[in-house]
Amino acid sequence: MYNTTYYAATSLADAAAKIAADGDAKFLSGGQTLLATMKQRLAAPTMLIDLTKLPELKGISVEGDRLVIGAATKHAQVASDATVKGAIPSLAGLAATIGDPAVRNMGTMGGSLANNDPAADYPAAAMALDAIITTSKGEYKATDFFTGIFETALDEDEIIVKISYEIPKKAAYEKFRNPASRYSLCSVFAAEVSGGPRIAVTGSGNEGVFRVPAMEEALTRGWTADAVTSVKIDPETMLSDMHGSAEYRAHLVAVLAGRAVAKAG
Amino acid sequence: MSAQGIGARVARKEDKRFITGAGQYTDDVYERQMSAAVFVRSPHAHAKITSVDTSAALEMPGVIDVILGQDIQDAGIGNLICGWGIQSKDGTPMKMAPYNVMDPAVVRYVGQPVAMVIAETRAEAVDAAEAVVVEYEEQPALTDFGNYAAGPVVHPGTADDNLICDWQLGDEAATDAAFAGAAHVVEMDIRNNRLIPNAMEPRSAVAHYNRAEDHTTLWTTSQNPHVARLVMSAFYNVAPEHKLRVIAPDVGGGFGSKIYIYPEEIAACYAAKRVGRPVKWTADRTEAFMTDAHGRDHITKAKMAFDADHRIVGFKVDTIANLGAYMSLFSSATPTYLYATLLSGQYNIANIYANVKLVYSHTTPVDAYRGAGRPEATYVVERMMETAARQFGLSPVELRRKNFIKDFPHQTPVLMNYDPSDFHGLMDTALKTIDFDGYPARKAESERRGMLRGIGFSSYIEACGIAPSQAVGSLGAGVGLWESAEIRVNPVGTVEVLTGTHSHGQSHETTFAQIVSDRFGVPIDNVSILHGDTDKVQFGMGTYGSRSGPVGGSAIYKALDKVEAKAKALAAHLMEADAGDIEIENGELKVAGTDKKLAWHEVCLAAYTAHNLPEGMEPGLKETSFYDPSNFTFPAGTFICEVEVDPGTGVTRIVNFVAVDDFGIIINPMVVEGQVHGGLAQGIGQALLEGCVYDDEGQLLTASYMDYAMPRADDLPSFGLDHLEIRNPSNPLGVKGCGEAGAIGAPPAVINAITDAIGTNALEMPATPERVWRAIQSTQTAMAAE
Amino acid sequence: MADVKLTVNGRKIAKTVPDRTLLVTLLRDEIGLTGTHVGCDTSQCGACTVHIDGNAVKSCTVLAAQVSGAEVVTIEGLAKGDTLHPMQEAFRTHHGLQCGFCTPGMIMMGVDIVNRHPEGLDEETIRKELEGNICRCTGYHNIVKAIGAAAEEMSSGTTQMAAE
Repeated sequence: MYNTTYYAATSLADAAAKIAADGDAKFLSGGQTLLATMKQRLAAPTMLIDLTKLPELKGISVEGDRLVIGAATKHAQVASDATVKGAIPSLAGLAATIGDPAVRNMGTMGGSLANNDPAADYPAAAMALDAIITTSKGEYKATDFFTGIFETALDEDEIIVKISYEIPKKAAYEKFRNPASRYSLCSVFAAEVSGGPRIAVTGSGNEGVFRVPAMEEALTRGWTADAVTSVKIDPETMLSDMHGSAEYRAHLVAVLAGRAVAKAG
Repeated sequence: MSAQGIGARVARKEDKRFITGAGQYTDDVYERQMSAAVFVRSPHAHAKITSVDTSAALEMPGVIDVILGQDIQDAGIGNLICGWGIQSKDGTPMKMAPYNVMDPAVVRYVGQPVAMVIAETRAEAVDAAEAVVVEYEEQPALTDFGNYAAGPVVHPGTADDNLICDWQLGDEAATDAAFAGAAHVVEMDIRNNRLIPNAMEPRSAVAHYNRAEDHTTLWTTSQNPHVARLVMSAFYNVAPEHKLRVIAPDVGGGFGSKIYIYPEEIAACYAAKRVGRPVKWTADRTEAFMTDAHGRDHITKAKMAFDADHRIVGFKVDTIANLGAYMSLFSSATPTYLYATLLSGQYNIANIYANVKLVYSHTTPVDAYRGAGRPEATYVVERMMETAARQFGLSPVELRRKNFIKDFPHQTPVLMNYDPSDFHGLMDTALKTIDFDGYPARKAESERRGMLRGIGFSSYIEACGIAPSQAVGSLGAGVGLWESAEIRVNPVGTVEVLTGTHSHGQSHETTFAQIVSDRFGVPIDNVSILHGDTDKVQFGMGTYGSRSGPVGGSAIYKALDKVEAKAKALAAHLMEADAGDIEIENGELKVAGTDKKLAWHEVCLAAYTAHNLPEGMEPGLKETSFYDPSNFTFPAGTFICEVEVDPGTGVTRIVNFVAVDDFGIIINPMVVEGQVHGGLAQGIGQALLEGCVYDDEGQLLTASYMDYAMPRADDLPSFGLDHLEIRNPSNPLGVKGCGEAGAIGAPPAVINAITDAIGTNALEMPATPERVWRAIQSTQTAMAAE
Repeated sequence: MADVKLTVNGRKIAKTVPDRTLLVTLLRDEIGLTGTHVGCDTSQCGACTVHIDGNAVKSCTVLAAQVSGAEVVTIEGLAKGDTLHPMQEAFRTHHGLQCGFCTPGMIMMGVDIVNRHPEGLDEETIRKELEGNICRCTGYHNIVKAIGAAAEEMSSGTTQMAAE
């Protein structure tokens, strides 16, 4: 790891002021990706501004038909919290598959969404549950938030404060792990929200997380696994690496979507 | 005999320190004024080094020195060697190219060290390593070793066709004749995937130079510290033997990768002397991936000939073995004498011929990894047997039974002379343990859930405790393969055992103490096992090839014979009896048929007070043995694996795995089971998960746990184990060795099970979900075409 | 430089270290607790697992400064004097270790797993929960057995030794 400076921000304004003063600073949340990247010397922020102590980024609550989760909430909390389990059990279940127990004790939802790793899990839930991402500057629909692999709509000095998910009529997550890293190789979140059926896929898209309109459309005619498994995914839109070719991933999207739909019931 | 003796399931003595965080591994050594070393490594698989500029690095905070390959060469510190010389079939010796500690001119694999930075802290050394400017002139790389002759050339002038050795074993003409008269011939192309050992403790070295005595102490992660000292002094000129102490303290797993002497520990010794301070180097995991000797990596064409009654009449094997960029310490022996000699498997085969081409490539050196040659042989034989059975429409059990060796000793056509085992008995027990009769019902149940179920067999035999020294010497080994033991009985009756083997997970501190307890009735807590320090143990050959029990344990047994004889003679003298009438029982020396007895500690004390010794007996109670076995040992077993394959995703789950082994006499069943579990995990890892991948430029794509799939707890089942205990006649303990069996026997059982489930024989390891899915697609395409 | 104050195994420590210092580096290099090991660079092997405020964390992927003020328990702090924690005892009884290198992390994770599953543990759950801890020696068979046995021991109420 290159030399850096650690700073624990005390408020959103404090964090914003710090990053404004140092263009090479970065926000630090759980650090489970950022610190690992820094250890490999693939990132060299001059300063790490720790956001996890900000009170504005904490809390889990149900507000009307939505579940609202503070950005600094750790994966382990999401996985075990009674409010989350009651409102969106599939989201708690998803959180319980991220990394491993020790990683879940540090990593945060906001950190994961801001990083937008193409193999991360939360982006699929955000897309399928019509999430609204509230930041220090405004708010985004999930579909506008994720703009490409490791790319989001966030400005450099913008901080995710909270995430609100629509509580779905039904939902399920099917995760297929990369056998080495255990990140998602291809995972599908299926949900039925007020706007209609949603199928969101992570781990496979060559532009990051994506929804599958053809599957969603098919589901409007009946919530059955067969409705989605027959939809062909274009391998051209898939990632390809030694753990899974584009063709294999395209196949997996259909298989796993079918399983997620069946699991959601 | 004692309650803690041979055969007792006792908990391990060494565990206390490990479960409380008190283990002392090399990286836990902190010396005063210790500095940290980090290596600058080649990012290219093949390049000329045109310049190295260390000036900026030397100005970095905390930097003490930067050492280059030329410095080490100028100091007269020499080339690394391969310690086993073999010949091509035309009689020419193997083509061993110079293997510099840090080659100043050319790099031949990604990760090869180019410079060594010494700084106050590791973090500072890492910073400075980045500031060393190395200019490379990139060259094309050879990674497709099956086409080795096409180039580029790894060592021009030494091996212009990249062929190290064109080696053979067996009678080709007789084998060809057997094929000519055969009723059936089964042919297969088989690839044994390249593996990266991944002991959980990365390699590490701490070197301390004592100026007053011109003496170097090296703590290092070694399976054989004495061999390390010998080679470093005799061949590499690091320091004379009596001026070099090598300590291998607690070592966190080896699996072969810590047998070899690597450039880093040699450079550390040089650096400690040069900077006048202790130097610590510890690999990070990516360095471990790039520089620990890799394993396996064979391409094989095999064919087996059968008569009309499906008895094997001939077996012919052509293998290309990739040794990487340089010849590591035992790299020549692994794909030859440890491979082709096991191609007879458990079967009566009159004619076998093997040709092995050992080749260079621009990849990390390849050497012995758990099993070393024997997994590759077993994979060829057992894939072949299963495939042949399918082609003949026979049950794989029946085909094996038809060909099992029944009479022992059995001389194979490939050098080995098998000691007794019971191959039918192993198969019987395995079938019973897995409830083979219930398999059809289990398969039907899987199918109801839409899953494909398959069952696969593997009946392996292997050779452990490589020996005797004279024989291995005649085959080219540069060392003898005996083992030493020294038994020091203290005046109070406690016992210290010094062994030349090294325990890095094998549980010697317990099982060797059990051998002593068995003999004298002393509790194992009164026995200490000392190993891994060249200042304490005079000499020994270390631990690999499942040799510690059969060879190291037997050396202890032989030394105990001498201690026992002396103790009995003394006891007889003290009790005015005949030595032949003394019996040792429950920690007492008794005169048979009388009530006369002395406690063990009383006799020990008497040996040291020396007030009343028999005429001519020297005081003290300490004996030594150097034991050289008369033969290899031959553990064997049958493994059966049951898998469920998800046809939608290609994911394989092992639902049932049974291993029934004959390891000879078992010293501690708990420890033996643990060794089998671990071996099975590595074998299953090879079959399902692990595979080292280089791209065409020689970049290592699997250089971290992000990309190299290690077996994790949820990849594996609980295992069903059983044993037959058939005494080995060639060593006094009757043991055969158990460390590698799991890794040797498991891969074909897994692949045979998957191919049974999906209905095709063509499947490469590792059988990743995508490979299995594609194999399923290919069978469906084939069916559709019919 | 960062001023780091921690309670480690019940003892208060204060160190001034470079900001980039990882918790594991502080534990090993600064306060000599070498029972916590480093087996990889990508926070996957789990050999470095310690408890921070009662939760298992990989000490190779957390800055010492980040957790200043926290209570840290390492493998050295698990036993109470000469009395081993039931998890340590179970690893020994069930031969859940061979070379011992992954063992400290396995034991610390084992305690965390049991703490999070008061309802009890089956084999499948234990295997899943061990996703972040790699062992190369044991094939996990006996580690799974040891954690299962320790869970029963810890829940029997006879031993009140959860790693606070």
